[in-house]
Amino acid sequence: MSAGPRTPFENPVVEWIDSRLPVFTLMNKEYGVFPTPKNFNYFWNFGAIAMFMLVTMIVTGISLAMHYAASTGIAFDSVERIMRDVNYGWLIRYIHMNGASFFFIAVFIHIFRGMYYGSYKAPRELLWIFGMIIFLLMMATAFMGYVLPWGQMSFWGATVITNLFSAVPVVGESIVELLWGGFSVDNPTLNRFFALHYLLPFVIVGVVFLHIWALHVTGSNNPSGIEPKSKEDTLPFHPYYTMKDSFGLVVFVAIYMLFVFFMPNALGHPDNYTPANPMVTPAHIVPEWYFLPFYAILRAINFDVGIPFTDIVLIEAKLGGVLAMFGSIVMVLLMPWLDKHPVRSARYRPVFRVALLIFVACVFVLGKIGGMPADSPLVNFSESFTLTTTHIAQVLTLYYFAFFLVILPVLSKREKALPMPESIHDSVLKYKNPDCCEA
Amino acid sequence: MILSSNTKILIVVRHKMEKIPMLRNLILTSVSLASLSVPMAALANSSGVKEIIDVPFSFEGPLGTYDKASLQRGLMVYRQVCSACHSMKRVAYRNLEAIGYTEDQTKAIAAEYTVMDGPNDEGEMFERPARPSDRFKSPFANDKAAMAANGGALPPDLSLITKARHGGADYVYSILTGYATAPHGVEVAEGKYYNKAMDGNVIAMAPPLTDGAVAYEDGTPQVVSQYAKDLATFLTWAAEPELEQRKKMGVKVLLFLSVFGGIMYAVKRQIWKKIH
Repeated sequence: MSAGPRTPFENPVVEWIDSRLPVFTLMNKEYGVFPTPKNFNYFWNFGAIAMFMLVTMIVTGISLAMHYAASTGIAFDSVERIMRDVNYGWLIRYIHMNGASFFFIAVFIHIFRGMYYGSYKAPRELLWIFGMIIFLLMMATAFMGYVLPWGQMSFWGATVITNLFSAVPVVGESIVELLWGGFSVDNPTLNRFFALHYLLPFVIVGVVFLHIWALHVTGSNNPSGIEPKSKEDTLPFHPYYTMKDSFGLVVFVAIYMLFVFFMPNALGHPDNYTPANPMVTPAHIVPEWYFLPFYAILRAINFDVGIPFTDIVLIEAKLGGVLAMFGSIVMVLLMPWLDKHPVRSARYRPVFRVALLIFVACVFVLGKIGGMPADSPLVNFSESFTLTTTHIAQVLTLYYFAFFLVILPVLSKREKALPMPESIHDSVLKYKNPDCCEA
Repeated sequence: MILSSNTKILIVVRHKMEKIPMLRNLILTSVSLASLSVPMAALANSSGVKEIIDVPFSFEGPLGTYDKASLQRGLMVYRQVCSACHSMKRVAYRNLEAIGYTEDQTKAIAAEYTVMDGPNDEGEMFERPARPSDRFKSPFANDKAAMAANGGALPPDLSLITKARHGGADYVYSILTGYATAPHGVEVAEGKYYNKAMDGNVIAMAPPLTDGAVAYEDGTPQVVSQYAKDLATFLTWAAEPELEQRKKMGVKVLLFLSVFGGIMYAVKRQIWKKIH
C-alpha cells in the first residue's frame, strides 16, 4: 500500500488516480499478477464463494432491515408483510434465509479444506486464527438473525442458548441478564439482537480483510502442501483463478438457487412460522442445522465431573456441556499447535487422512443426533440398558476431542509420511502420469 | 444388531473406495447416517404415531401451479366451515383477485363482512362493511375469546398453517380425513377426538367436515376427501401466494445459470489449455 516503485498506466484517468492513490497498482499486484500455486483443486473455490455469500447476506440483509420492525408485538407481522406485500420481498427474504445455510456450507467446506491440506500450519497460523474468529462471529450473527422473525423456534432457541451462559460460575446470571436486557427473553432482547445482527457482519468484513491480508503475505497453500519454489510452480491469479473461481461460483449459486426457488423452507423449521408464544413450549427445540453438531456435543455432557468416590462436584453437567461446546471450536483454533507434523497435506499422511475423515464422519453423525430429541432410544439390549443417541453422541464427542488432543500430537511424532514430490510442478506431472518422476 | 451390520458395510465400502478419497468420505458419512436412521424408523413404525397421507397436488413439483377452481372451492369450504373458529388474518380480501375473482367480486365478498373502524372525528368507533384492503375478518375478538369459546384450546390462525406444520398440505388433508373411532384400548377424553394424523392421536377439534356439508356449484363430488383436498390447496395458496411466480422465476434462473455455467466452463478450459 506504500508509494513504492510503480509502473505507469496507459489510460490517463487511471494513471492520474493511480499516481495519487495507487489502488490500481494494488489491485494488479494482489489480484492480477499475484503468483498462485498452479495445482489448486476445486476445494480452493470456497474462499471466494464464502466472500460472495458474505456480500449477498449484507445486501439482502440491508434491504430486509428497511422493512423489518424489531418489536415483539409486530416483528412476526413485519416479516410476513415482507413475504406478501413488499415487492419481491419473498425473494429477498428467501435469498437471505437460505443464504445463511449456504454461507455455512461454503465455510464448512473451506475449513475442511484447510484441515485436509494442512493450511493451518506455519507460516499460516494467524491466517487460520482470523478464519476461526470469522467463524465464531458468523455463528453469533446467524443465531441472532434466527431470533428476529420472532417465531416459536426463534424465541425458544434464544431462551435455550442464552441460558447456557448461566452455567458460567459467579458471573453467569449477570451475563444472561445482560444478554436479555431483563429477566427473560423479551422486547429488549429482540432489540439488541437486531442491533448486533446488523453490526456483526461489518465486523466480519473487517476480519475478512485481515484474513485476506494475511493470506497475501504468506501466499496460498495448495493440495501438495509444498511451498512454491520457482516460477514453474505458480500462475498469475488473473485470468487463471478469477476464471476458475467464477465457474465454481456459478455452480454453487445454481445449487443455492435451487433451494431458494424450489424448496425455500427445507432447511428451516416449521415451528418458526408460528408466532412466538412464551406460554407454549415446542415439543422439541432445535437450533438451525449448522449448529447441530455443536448442540449434540453440548447435550452429550449430561453428567457431573467430580472427584471419584466422593460427592465433590468440580464441573456440573451444564457447565461441562458449555465448556465442551466452546472447547470443540477452540480445538480447531489450536490445530497449528496440536499438529506439529512437518508434512502439511493429508495426501502424504495416510494415517492422518483416515483419522481426519473419521472425524468428519463423526461431525456429520453428531449433527444428525443434534437434530433428534435428547436420549432417543436406538437399540434395546436388555431390561436395564437401552442404547440411546446420547451414548452415541458421547462416544463421538470423545473421538472429536481425542482427534485433537491425542491423535494429532501422537501423529506429529510418529507418523511416517509418504514420499513427497520435489515441487508443485512435479506433483502436477505425477498426478497426470503416475509412472513419471518416481525416484 | 442393525448398527453392527452397518458397520460391516462401512468397512467394505472403505476398502473399495480407497482410491477416491472424497467420494469415499461422502459414502462413509451417508452409511453412518443410515445406520442411525434405520432403527429410528423402525421404532416410529412400531408405535404408529402419525399417519400423513401423500396427496398428489397440482402445485407440487418444479412446474406446479395452483388449480384455480380448487382454490375457489377451498375458499368456499373455509368461509362456510373453518371460518367459524379459525382466523386467517394475514390474507386480505384484495388477495382473492389472485385466485381468479374480479375486482368487483372481491368487493362483493368483502362487503359481506362488517368490521370495526375508527375512531372517527367525533372519537367514536364505528362499524362499516369490509373493503378489499381489509384482512380476513377473525371470528373472535382476541385469542382469549377464541379459547373461551373452544373449551380452552386455541384454534390456530390458518394463514400460514401449511408452512407451520411438518407435511404442509398433506398434513392438513390428513388431519381433515384422519378422524376415526379410537382403536380398542385407547381412551379419548371427553370433548376430544381420535385422529390418525395428529401427534398423539388426540385432537380438540370436532370433525369439521361431513359429506355434502358444502354445496359445490361446479359438479365436483361433495365428499370429505374432496373438501379436504380443496381446502389444503387453498391454505397452501394462503401461506405461499408467491409460489407460482417463484417457481416460474426459478426455472428461468436455473436455465440461465446452466447455460452461463456451461459457457464459463468452456472459457475456463480454453484459458487453462496451455497449462494442462
